Amino acid sequence: MPLALLAKGGDASTALYIVAFSLFIIGIKQGTHPTTAKRGNLIAAVGMAVAVVTTLLLDGIGNWGLIILGLAIGSAVGAYASVRVQMTEMPQMVALYNGVGGGAVALIAWSELRHGLNGIELEVLIPVLLAGVIGSVSFWGSNIAFAKLQDLIPTRPIAAPGQQVINGVLLLAIVVICVVLAVDHESPSQGLFILLLVLAAILGNLVVLPIGGADMPVVISLLNAFTGLSAAAAGFALDNVALIVAGTLVGSSGTILTLEMATAMNRSVANILFAGFGGAPSGGGGGTGEEKPHVSIGAQDAAIKLAYADSVVIVPGYGLAVAQAQHAIKEVADELEKRGVTVNYAIHPVAGRMPGHMNVLLAEADVPYEQLREMEDINPEMPRTGVAVVVGANDVTNPAAKNDPDSPIAGMPIIEVSEAQEVIVIKRSLSPGFAGIDNDLFYEPNTSMLFADAKAAAAEIASEIGNL
Amino acid sequence: MTLFAELTIFVLAIFVGFEVISKVPTTLHTPLMSQTNAIHGIVMLGGLIVVGEANDGLEYVIGTIAIAFGAINIVGGFMVTDRMLGMFSRKPKPKADADGKGGS
Repeated sequence: MPLALLAKGGDASTALYIVAFSLFIIGIKQGTHPTTAKRGNLIAAVGMAVAVVTTLLLDGIGNWGLIILGLAIGSAVGAYASVRVQMTEMPQMVALYNGVGGGAVALIAWSELRHGLNGIELEVLIPVLLAGVIGSVSFWGSNIAFAKLQDLIPTRPIAAPGQQVINGVLLLAIVVICVVLAVDHESPSQGLFILLLVLAAILGNLVVLPIGGADMPVVISLLNAFTGLSAAAAGFALDNVALIVAGTLVGSSGTILTLEMATAMNRSVANILFAGFGGAPSGGGGGTGEEKPHVSIGAQDAAIKLAYADSVVIVPGYGLAVAQAQHAIKEVADELEKRGVTVNYAIHPVAGRMPGHMNVLLAEADVPYEQLREMEDINPEMPRTGVAVVVGANDVTNPAAKNDPDSPIAGMPIIEVSEAQEVIVIKRSLSPGFAGIDNDLFYEPNTSMLFADAKAAAAEIASEIGNL
Repeated sequence: MTLFAELTIFVLAIFVGFEVISKVPTTLHTPLMSQTNAIHGIVMLGGLIVVGEANDGLEYVIGTIAIAFGAINIVGGFMVTDRMLGMFSRKPKPKADADGKGGS
């Protein structure tokens, strides 16, 4: 093949890029169906391999030592982390991978600007500025999301007074610097560009810091879309069609996913980003001060209630993930099924810290797919359910969402466990969930609280049922 | 390629993204997010290109880090997605997974 064809924008390389992004589209499409998802992921990975090899064959590619070094380090770190990560830690892993992607974009933008210090066309400079700003916001925002999910910094909202004003000023400064650089595109100042990256980094930090753990899935999803868009911007700067298409696909699909998640929580994305939710719940049940009467039971009582019920619905939440209780819960279910009790799992769309988080965890514990029931599907069956067991879930079961129009979570669809004949809540304490509001469910007459670590409690219940 | 050709592709790709993703069962949200996340690792191509154009120490460093970041994004992203989806494929399960194998 004549090398000229492989020049940037040459016919052969463009053709191969078209093959690559077609594979991405097919891969994503197949990723939306349970039976084809695994194949879809492989197809997308093959597309990526085609894109990378094509790029390596372009003329003008050089410094092979550095390329091999970068590829070797990155691949080793990525592979190691993905093999070692616990299923429970998946959300922060996605946040971290997203962050490095954004970081790569910002660095590429910086490098491109350095090549244009003696004059750069606006058609290149504008995407470089967009890529730099969005990439930097995404990098730092994702790192904060990671740190919060990994409990390196407190998950509760952290906000300074006047935060909105500071963010606004930062955003304004970023826009002004972009305009100055664009006006001065004959000899753009590198110092100003670096300042731009730094301001964007601060903005990324400040936007994500005030967001509570419960909203983190939505934020990660949004940042995922951002990184996609920044990759597309880098594609415009580098005149690379593979980057444009792949980045844009991720940008738009990530946006859809973000909106879906926000809808499931009955909140708008703007509200999540700017409201600093969880700080001051207005009259929605107050703080943690007063103790209200509640019924507390032990594992043995719980075992008896469960063993003699006709049907049991298990409602998992993030607490199950933290306690790594999925296998122990499966043991409880196995014991119950041996006794002829029907067991189902009610999965709230935003249970855990990411949609589908619970499904992944329970699948890891070999829970049959058919037993994982979606919220709309299981709610009508609640009144006929003997016992609903809430394991480490809180806000997604809070009846205040239905009954109290003043509650911060008012209108959020919930799993209606209080409709079941009896409710057992396995939880460490009465402390509120991520939303920072009290859960009336705990004080209802048909609710029993089992204060324990979810894994230990489940293991104990399983063995108690076995002894009955 | 001209700017307008690129803009055309950009706009069409937006619609393809919307079209291809709608109506996903909740179960697949996390794997799908992780997969699209891996796809934006495509920025690594940018790293490969700029490192070839690099002509001083700082640019070598920037380019190499960008490649490494991109590679983490790609390799980690696809592998972790594969691992997640592997949990769903329900084959007979003789393999006793280390922690807490079923209590039967």
